[in-house]
Amino acid sequence: MTFLLLLSTPVCGALLLGVFGARRWAAHLNVGVSLITFIAACALTTQVVNSGPLLAAHEQFFVDSFNVFLVTLTAFVGLTTSIFSRPYMRVEMTHGRVAPTRLRLYHSMYQLFMATMLVALTTNNMGLLWVSMEAATLSTVLLVTLYRTPASLEAGWKYFILCGVGIAQALFGTILLYFAAEKVLGAAGGTALLWTHLNAVKGHLEPTVLGLAFVFLFVGYGTKVGLAPLHNWLPDAHAEGPTPISAVLSGLLLNVAIYAVVRCKVLVEGSLHSQLPSQILMCFGLLSVVLAAFLLWRQRDIKRLFAYSSIEHMGIITFAFGMGGPVANFAALLHMTVHSLTKSAIFFTVGHAAQKAGSQLMEDIRGLITLSPTIGWGLMMGSLAILGMPPFGVFASEFLILTTAMREQPWATPVLLAALGVAFAAIFGRVQPMVFGETTAKRLPHPPALLPVFAHLAIVLMLGLYVPPYLADWYRAAARLIGGE
Amino acid sequence: MTGTPLDLQLLNLCAALLLLLSFAMLAQRRVVTLVSLLAIQGVLLFVATLLLAWRTGERHLYLSAALTLALKVLLLPWLLHRLIRRLQVYWDTEPLLNISGTMLVGLLVVIFAFGLAQPIAALASTATRSAIGIAVAVILLSFVTMITRRKAMSQVVGFLSMENGLFFGAMSATYGMPMIVEFGVALDVLVAVLVLGVFFFQIREQFDSLDLHHLESLKESSTSSKTTPPVSAQSGQEH
Amino acid sequence: MKPIEILTQALELLAALAAAPLFLGWVNQCRAWLQNRRAPSIWLPYRGIRKLFHKDAVIAANASPFFRLAPYVVFGAMVVAAGIIPSMGTRLPFTVAADAIALVGLLATARVFLSLAAVDIGTAFGTLGARREMMVGFLAEPALLMVIFVASIISATTALPAIAESLATHRLGLYPSLAFTAIAFTLILLAENARLPIDNPATHLELTMIHEAMVLEYSARHLALMEWAAALKLFNYACIGFALFLPWGISIGTGSPLSLLASIPLLGAKLTVTGAALAFIETISAKLRVFRAPEFLAIAFMLAVLGLLVHLLLGA
Repeated sequence: MTFLLLLSTPVCGALLLGVFGARRWAAHLNVGVSLITFIAACALTTQVVNSGPLLAAHEQFFVDSFNVFLVTLTAFVGLTTSIFSRPYMRVEMTHGRVAPTRLRLYHSMYQLFMATMLVALTTNNMGLLWVSMEAATLSTVLLVTLYRTPASLEAGWKYFILCGVGIAQALFGTILLYFAAEKVLGAAGGTALLWTHLNAVKGHLEPTVLGLAFVFLFVGYGTKVGLAPLHNWLPDAHAEGPTPISAVLSGLLLNVAIYAVVRCKVLVEGSLHSQLPSQILMCFGLLSVVLAAFLLWRQRDIKRLFAYSSIEHMGIITFAFGMGGPVANFAALLHMTVHSLTKSAIFFTVGHAAQKAGSQLMEDIRGLITLSPTIGWGLMMGSLAILGMPPFGVFASEFLILTTAMREQPWATPVLLAALGVAFAAIFGRVQPMVFGETTAKRLPHPPALLPVFAHLAIVLMLGLYVPPYLADWYRAAARLIGGE
Repeated sequence: MTGTPLDLQLLNLCAALLLLLSFAMLAQRRVVTLVSLLAIQGVLLFVATLLLAWRTGERHLYLSAALTLALKVLLLPWLLHRLIRRLQVYWDTEPLLNISGTMLVGLLVVIFAFGLAQPIAALASTATRSAIGIAVAVILLSFVTMITRRKAMSQVVGFLSMENGLFFGAMSATYGMPMIVEFGVALDVLVAVLVLGVFFFQIREQFDSLDLHHLESLKESSTSSKTTPPVSAQSGQEH
Repeated sequence: MKPIEILTQALELLAALAAAPLFLGWVNQCRAWLQNRRAPSIWLPYRGIRKLFHKDAVIAANASPFFRLAPYVVFGAMVVAAGIIPSMGTRLPFTVAADAIALVGLLATARVFLSLAAVDIGTAFGTLGARREMMVGFLAEPALLMVIFVASIISATTALPAIAESLATHRLGLYPSLAFTAIAFTLILLAENARLPIDNPATHLELTMIHEAMVLEYSARHLALMEWAAALKLFNYACIGFALFLPWGISIGTGSPLSLLASIPLLGAKLTVTGAALAFIETISAKLRVFRAPEFLAIAFMLAVLGLLVHLLLGA
């Protein structure tokens, strides 16, 4: 029941907002729908925590300890982003960047995007996973091009083509997976693509086919994760779309894509009995970290800067999942959570900062601390958090990942450390003058409402200092699940 | 090769023609013809699915044949033709590689695809397993089409033909995916074309052209100004 | 060597020598009809050859002996080729000498001599024609080899009569690979025999001509041999096509005199239809720019390779 509520709320919201999305109260409706989704997610979480995994709709959907925390996270970030987007989009409208009628598209697609991500997270069917991932791309393409500037159109086109082609590879991988599964599970009954069934028989699946399938699935979903060398769409889409969309793309979509990769990896590793999937994950994860860290230096646009930082962190997470083992998986899950929260918080502040400065170029943004202390401190704290400064949660997860790497993959540790150092210098060196630099602009009359930013940062801070026992249990259960036990 | 039943021979013929069509798409420079080729590809897929349904007696294959007919033979080409007429894009510019070069690349791709499909085909138990290689080849050739084209429209045709190749692959390897997935994929493809339609109008509105070299300004060291654009006159238009 | 084999061989050679100009005449006649022109006599090629044989040869002052030699070599190569190709029966004494690949080599020899002779005098036209001919040949030969390979792989031999025999006894069915290679072969035939859309045998327009440019300096008996060789080449290509794609009606195996007899009208019928089809293709196609010729032949090559790949993959 709660499950039905969880999936139907954003769909109904999308329909409603498709009709009323241009009204004055549409943004409130958007927040309301997101709130109901979040409440449903919380209810679902308690249900799963209390009574174990849940299967619904002829086993087409399932919730276990791995995806339930992602569902909650997604619903939460969806809620805070909708709260942030209300005043933000109003300002964009008064600046004339978006026509009121276009807000209908924006609100409707926002909810549709949430719906596709929730379906992707909760579906048991690997085919439906593909369908919803593709739908997530399609629903955000028009959001990226919302401003209709040449640059945004280019970003949208790149996003569509790269992700479309990439995800076509994933469809081929899914076909191969079905091909292997059909031999074991049979085509009748339609269970051959259900993850729970596949997981039960993964030892019997044909290794050659699954190995090939994994390569395609990895290329496909890896494109959506933004892993190098197929990361090109990511900075453009993040920089050219409206900031709330950058926040959900970075904070949620990338997580969902990683989730898909990990689900596939669990199956394939069980069948292959080899290190191949892990090695692929580690290799491309590391490549993304290094590449992104160095590309950070060349950025002049603040949103692009943090988009590259997302690529870097996705690389770290992928690398951690590649190492496997309970600690690394735990750390990767923790990192997914804190990155998602921190990065969306950063995009919220960046959105306000860029709006106030009237430019996304970093040299045009100066002295935020005098302009508005809330924005200034928000950006500073967020940047420090994402750079892995203690006591924030990112430090905890990165520390865990690094120590595991030292023990298990010593060769990779210096590379990781160097890349993190480079990224630190790049981001800190740019954020510092933006926050503390000289400015001639006047102080803002009233501070912007940045409740979501500080809520996110507070959670990240808490996770750095103290992971509540139920949350830790939850992560451990998920880590065990990914470990294939 | 003696003693192959006629329906299987026809299926093989369909597969071979699909491969040939991919090459035709690779060489074709008229966008309208490209869309027609896509429609023919749809017809071949429809015929192949129907033959397979008749051969195996699986009911869901009839359904997906009907879906193919409705979507890939009728609806999508119609939508694309309408788009072409509305947008007045009839010709693609000279492709990045000349035709002979493209053909050679295409042949290499086909050989690679056949090699790739070999282990899969060796394990398959379907009557059409040998066509898996052709499906992979169609997918990869569509990829080459997308790479060598500059016009947005041709790239979209390449994208759709890639989807057709995937469909054919699923068909020949496992007699199709579960119905729910096939419906989902079909829906996605339809939505993709609709979204692209909107998208094309946006591109045209901005650049007065669908040539993708306009869309090459975002580079790594992008220096283009990212300042807030002035309130433009077109911001009020909605498609 | 049985008498029937010698008889078959002799009959084939005679038929090729005699019918080649007739076939050319028939193609020209069909073309004229299709273009709403009054058709020239079907015997015109014979009259032309006879007239040329009665004339005195004029040879350029700076021509080398090679120039005089070339027509005989070209003509000879074509006659030998005609002896190898099974147009009526498959038991030919000559065929032990050369298989299908050697046949391609034989045709290439003729091309080399023709081109060298064209360059020999040193006129602009000759060099231009030779250069174009070499370009076409260099692209068409691999394609032709590919076509032959497909048939060879299907019948597991490279000897042309054996290929024809095995294909003729094959079970009827849809063979996409053979269909592709048949189209490829048609394209090669058009290009190699200086037909439209690569070359127009009916004009002397300097911008487009290939074959005519090479034989411009020849006269009298040399020219007659060259023209006869050209007609033979077309005839040979048609017969290669029959052997590969329409092998029915050829007298198979040891062959009774009766089946040999029956193959003569069948060959005639096939040639008649092919000639008409050739004329039709030439009528509906426009001359390609010379720079487009590589694309045309690339398509032929691609089709042939596709045929090969499809055969390897689908076994059909």
